[in-house]
Amino acid sequence: MMDKIKEKIQNNSRETRQELRGRILTYCAIGLILIVVISIFLFVALKGIATFTQDKASLKTFFTGTNWNPGILGSDGKPLVGALPMIAGSFGVTILAAIIATPFAIGTALYMTEIAGKKGRNVLQSVIELLVGIPSVVYGFIGLTVVVPFVRDHFGGSGYGILAGSFILFVMILPTVTSMTVDALKAVPKHYKSASLALGATQWQTIYKVLLKAAIPGILTAIIFGMARAFGEALAVQMVIGNASLLPTSLLTPASTLTSVLTMGIGNTVMGTTANNALWSLALILLLMSLIFNILVRWIVKKGRM
Amino acid sequence: MKKKIRTILLTLSAVLFLSACSSTNKNKQITIVGSTALQPIVEVAAEEYQTTNAKISITVQGGGSGTGLSQVQTGAVTIGNSDIFANQQSGIKAKKLVDHKVAVVGIGPIVNKKTGVKNLSLKQLQGIFTGKYTNWKQLGGKNQEIIVINRAQGSGTRATFEQHVLQGKNAINTQEQDSSGTVEKMVASTPGAISYVAFSYFKKDVTALKVDNIKPTDKNVTTNTWKIWAYEHMYTKGKPDKQTQKFLDYMLSATVQNKLIKKLGYISIHDMKVTTTKEKAE
Repeated sequence: MMDKIKEKIQNNSRETRQELRGRILTYCAIGLILIVVISIFLFVALKGIATFTQDKASLKTFFTGTNWNPGILGSDGKPLVGALPMIAGSFGVTILAAIIATPFAIGTALYMTEIAGKKGRNVLQSVIELLVGIPSVVYGFIGLTVVVPFVRDHFGGSGYGILAGSFILFVMILPTVTSMTVDALKAVPKHYKSASLALGATQWQTIYKVLLKAAIPGILTAIIFGMARAFGEALAVQMVIGNASLLPTSLLTPASTLTSVLTMGIGNTVMGTTANNALWSLALILLLMSLIFNILVRWIVKKGRM
Repeated sequence: MKKKIRTILLTLSAVLFLSACSSTNKNKQITIVGSTALQPIVEVAAEEYQTTNAKISITVQGGGSGTGLSQVQTGAVTIGNSDIFANQQSGIKAKKLVDHKVAVVGIGPIVNKKTGVKNLSLKQLQGIFTGKYTNWKQLGGKNQEIIVINRAQGSGTRATFEQHVLQGKNAINTQEQDSSGTVEKMVASTPGAISYVAFSYFKKDVTALKVDNIKPTDKNVTTNTWKIWAYEHMYTKGKPDKQTQKFLDYMLSATVQNKLIKKLGYISIHDMKVTTTKEKAE
């Protein structure tokens, strides 16, 4: 009898073993994801740096040069890898899209949280979810057949350019920004609103003096997430921006983004050549930018808590 | 319940394991990667080939000519499809690859319908793509700015077009698009636009230009009267093995050449009355 109890106490019970198994499973999953993330990062970094170490392109040309023709050597014997037009294009469409999307997103979110009844909220919610589900090639085709002619007729130029790209991206990031803004507004403590209304503030005063102010960190996070999405979008933008590796002189001249040049070139170059390495350098910038967006979000959230 | 799940999982993995074994034992794997222009032909041909040759399993993927050539060079795939000769692609050691020409594709300039131009001389065409002409008025068309749409750098269509039209001169830095389908749509909807596509993309909503009064037709390509055309290549690393050779022979057979290739808008390699090795000097 004693032995049996002793055995039971000294050995692992079924529950303990279960706990251990669960732990091992989660560690395996985390380990795998970590390995994937780290190897992607290392791979892109190694390939991206090769342009500068192996092919001897100068870092200065890369960030300030405007002549993108990585397969050809320039007069100084270094490859022509001026990526400024693409960097400018990417930031151009991203920032413009965020500027257009933010007021609409905040308006929609306010309507959903403060003004609409349950029915209106549900309808809007499903509309937004629908926007998320539309594949980017569909956005691209709509852009090509509707937005580009619209821009051409009302703003001038050939229609292809940063403006058309921003219009497409605006619709694409709207759901992200809106739904995250809704979450931010919902997270504002109820008693803020009650106190404001009790002091005699109108609904509108409460919204812009109390609710929006309290939700600012959340809204900023939403905007940055939207920008991250816009920065990385490739296909839809590629179809409407014109893909000319020229420094954009206006919003209506053909331009290009990091992603559009990447997706167009990667199938036509051979691994290990300068042209291919230069594309990896662009990919490295994209990766670093998404890292920066992430750090920004963390920083804002941390600041908002203080 | 738990036991049941375990048995199901075990059987599943056993089945998977067995099927994996059988596929490596019985079936010969042929992987074909590369040119998106050639992809539809090879896909259909491979499908038909497999119905009569069950022991061979053929996988066809796109990825672009550059990908095809580099993958076949490293030996990662059996066949690399390409729109251009291997020695036209930088980073490829063409001597190690064996060329199998399976079809011919004609390429021609297309313009928006409203430009009012139907014929251009080769010099004029060159002038457009080098930036000498900027308005259709200069070429006998309407007063409308010329919008040049290029294919992506390194695309096979662009390489062929530039080789014949630009003859060594540099194209102006302008809009680029990746796929023929998108290019055709853009030319159709953008006033003053000009680009170039394979004959199979000549649609009713664009004007296919005559060059030096020669019509872009299959017949003119076979006699080399129309000069802008290219071979579609299937490259193997060294000599193909027996099974691969058999499939390549099938690609050249009458079934594929006379039906499939023509149906998809390409020109049969057997119809060509001329042969050129329009290879770049190494």
